[in-house]
Order: sequence, then C-alpha cells, then structure tokens
Amino acid sequence: MKEMSSKDTAKTQALNGLEASKNTDNYTKNEWLKTGLLFLTKHGLFAWLLLLVIWIIASKISDSSFLPSPWKTLTSAKELIKTGTLQSDLLISLLRILAGWLAGTIIAVPLGLFIGQFKIIRYLFEPLINFFRFVPAIGFLTLFLLWFGVGEVSKIALIIYATMFPIIINTITGVIAIDPLKIESAQSQGASKFQVFYSVVIPSAVPNIFTGVRLGLGGAIIAIVAAEMLAAQNGIGYLIYTSRLYYRTDWIFVGIFVLGFIGYLSDTLLRLFGKVVLKKYGVFEKKAT
Amino acid sequence: MMELSIELKHVFKQYPPSASFFSHIRSSPLVLQDINLKIAAGEFHIFLGRSGCGKSTLLNIIAGFLPQTSGQVLVNGHEVTAPGHDRGVVFQNADAAIFPWLTVYENVAYGLKMQHFPEKERTPIIDQSLKLVGLDQHTDKYPYELSGGMKQRVQIARSIANNPDILILDEPFGALDAQTRAIMQDELIRIWQKTKKTILFVTHDIQEAAYLGQKISIFSPAPAANICKTVTVDYPYPRNIFSKDNEQLVTKLNNYFPIRGSLA
Repeated sequence: MKEMSSKDTAKTQALNGLEASKNTDNYTKNEWLKTGLLFLTKHGLFAWLLLLVIWIIASKISDSSFLPSPWKTLTSAKELIKTGTLQSDLLISLLRILAGWLAGTIIAVPLGLFIGQFKIIRYLFEPLINFFRFVPAIGFLTLFLLWFGVGEVSKIALIIYATMFPIIINTITGVIAIDPLKIESAQSQGASKFQVFYSVVIPSAVPNIFTGVRLGLGGAIIAIVAAEMLAAQNGIGYLIYTSRLYYRTDWIFVGIFVLGFIGYLSDTLLRLFGKVVLKKYGVFEKKAT
Repeated sequence: MMELSIELKHVFKQYPPSASFFSHIRSSPLVLQDINLKIAAGEFHIFLGRSGCGKSTLLNIIAGFLPQTSGQVLVNGHEVTAPGHDRGVVFQNADAAIFPWLTVYENVAYGLKMQHFPEKERTPIIDQSLKLVGLDQHTDKYPYELSGGMKQRVQIARSIANNPDILILDEPFGALDAQTRAIMQDELIRIWQKTKKTILFVTHDIQEAAYLGQKISIFSPAPAANICKTVTVDYPYPRNIFSKDNEQLVTKLNNYFPIRGSLA
C-alpha cells in the first residue's frame, strides 16, 4: 500500500512536471515572439516597411520625375556606384566631416572645461556664446570663403564652427552641474585644486561632453552638406544640388538616403563607443523605456 | 593634561546677507552662536540635534568646507582654514560622495594617490583599510554594484586609508534600513576601537547617539544654535540597548527635545 502511494505520487509528479514544462515551452515561445517583435519595431523595421508602402503607392500615382519609385532610386544608386561618383562624393564628405568634427571636438572640449571651471570667464563669454549659437554655420559661408579661400580649409572651418557650440555648451553644463559633495570629498582626501579639476571635474563631466560630441556630429553633417551645395565641386551635398540641373530627382533621393545612413551609422558607432568605453562614467545610465 | 583633538572657541556663523538687484540687503540670521567645545583625542563624540539646527554647519566648519564668521577652530592645535586629509569625512549621501567611475579599490586609493604616495607604499595601506571595513572581497566592483551599507563602508575605508586624526561622519547611516544601520553602528565601534581615531558623529537619532557616543553634545534649536549641554556616557562597549542604564539615558536625552523623540 505504502509503495503504491509513493509510486502514485511519483507518477503525478512526473505528469505535473511534464505539463509544467509544456507550459513553460509555450510561455517562452510567446515571450520570444514578443521580444523579437519588440526588437524589430524598436530598430525601425516596421517603420521602414510603412514608409516603403507609402512611397510605392505615392510613386504609382504621381509623375516619376517628381517622385521616383524605390526601384528607380535603387537602380540609380547602382548606376552612380558603377561610375564611381557616389563613392568619391561619399568619401570626400566623410573626410570633411571627420576632420572638422575631430578638430572642433579637440578645440571645444578644453574650452568648455575652462569656461565652466572659472565663473568670471563664464560670465564673460556666456553672452557671446548664447548670441552666436543661433547663427547657423551656413551664414558664415561667404565670409569663410573670403577669409580661408575656396579650398578645403574654409569648409572644415565651417564644420568646426558648427561642431563647437553644442560641445562647449554641454561641457560647461557638465562642469557646473557637478555635485559639490564630490569636490569636498576629494579636498578632504588631500586633493589640490588642480587635482580636483582633472580627477573629479573632468570625469564627472564626461556624460555631458559625450552628449555634446554627439550633437556636434549632427551639426557637422548639416553644415558640410549646406557648404557643399553652395561652394564645392564634390561631396554628397554637391551631388544633391547638381542633380537639379539634370532633373534627376532619383539622384537626390540617393543622396538623401546616403546622408541618413552616414548620420545613423556614425551615431550608432559613437553610442557603442560610449556604452563600452565610457560606461563607468555614467554615459547612458538612464535607460529610456 | 588630556590631549585635545578639536577645540572650538567662541565660534559664530552667519551666512552672507542675501541681496539682489531688486531688494534691500537683508541680514541673514545667526546660525551658530558662541560655540565652545573641547574634544579629546580618541573620543567618540556625538552632535545631537534636530534637523536644521546647525550641527552640520558646525561640522562643515570643522571639516574646512565653510568658514566661520568669527571665533577659532583648532584641530590638533592648528587653526582650520581649508579641508585636509587630517580630517576624513564620511557623508550621508554616499552616491554623491564616492566616485562612480572608480572601482572600490581605486576609490580607497584616491587620497593616497593625490598625496603622491608611491604604489609600493599605497598597496598595503589600501588592502588593510579594505580588510578593516570588510570589503576585501569586493575590490574590483564599481559603486553601482554595491548596496547602501557597502557604499558607506567604502567611504569609511577611503577615509581610514588617509590615516586622518579625526573621522567626521555626517548622519552616515541615515539613509540605511534599520537592520543595516544596526550592523554599521557595531562596525563603526569596532573600527573606532581598533584605530583609536577621534570620531565626530552627527545624528538626529537619540537612540543612535546613546548607543554610540562617549560624549553627546546636544544642540539647541535654530536659529542661533548653541551646544546647550554635553552629556558624558561612560558605559562600556558593546552596549545593550535594552538595559536600564540605556533607557534612563534615552529618557534623559529625550527631555532636551520638547516633542518627545519626534524630530522633524
């Protein structure tokens, strides 16, 4: 009798176990599907599909020279790649952006730290910064051409100008926003003023500096495209602008997509860098859900 | 003669008058009025008072973060003019006070690095400090991986590593849960007995004051706060919070605060 009962319980347990595992299988399958769909949504798959559908419909009902279809755009892109114009334009634009953005960062970060650190200097410069940051880089284009010549220098100077403001402003914010407790705790451990600056103020400002650098990259792309449209013989901006002469709206679409890709890819790379290398400084601490 | 660690002579504190472009200059009230106090070397001294009574202000003056308006603040016979590593400070808000971009080990090493100790001398001191507070298994963790109690241990360890004469603690366990707070109180007593540092501990918790302190300085309410009484507690450690002596002491301390125990 005793044996029986123990066997019974063993059986029921086994059965229960089976059912439970079946349930969890279903459960995990559902979860998988859900997280998978959420992942794809978050990464834009459905948004792109939606855009594509609208684009197809719109191009069907309108003149193809006003709105080229996705396929027309794709074949034009292939054409441009075959002749090599797209690659060379892309490369020259990328090099300009990279050079100007790096130079702008190298100038702007120390400047922002310096202005943020000393109240008097901040009071002195803040009105100027708040005035000129509303003047878009493109406003200076003609002046820069006059001052720096029609070559690459004027274009890179323009990107530097566009890059610097978001970086300076965010760096200053980072320096000002530092918790005074951090400075006090460093001082009570024997740190001098200069030591506090490089070992507490700069690391504390890293998340803000990083935000500024990211925004600066966006500014750099906008500035160079505008500059290439008006004063260059190559680059993506030039490609888009000259396409109007040949009535090639499909080339314009290619240029627009390339610009989007440049921005998206570079920002993704930058964010990855922030996540991996600057994690301990609190970059991307607050996750938006 | 008893060796003095901290001596306060007629310390007054008044914050600078608030003036704006549109209003008349208004003089701000006196925060501290004529504080006189002597704290012996190796003493466990408590500042007890309501929130906002000025006890933290006085502590910031002793730490060198704030200047006094008048009077003298002496630490080991030297006048205090700035913060220094002879006075280790443990802040209530550990999240703001420890450096999140450094590991536990690096946080404890910070002060010695700033004082240019060579690495060879640094390492044994840091290891010893970490062991003292029981963090020797967590040296490579970053602060965000630590609990509230562990963060306070980091703060204590990094202060101890600098070998200060005085350990200043500003409501260090105020943000911890009751259980952790009790553990940390015992830990602090153990660390104090082992290192024989002078401890200056600020709290508004009467039970905590009675459990920890050898001398308890009671602050009168703001404005113009003063130390109205310094109570000496000579029961041995570890103390029993359920003993008659302790009950009497808590009752006695309660009498200094008209609304019993309920400190806003």
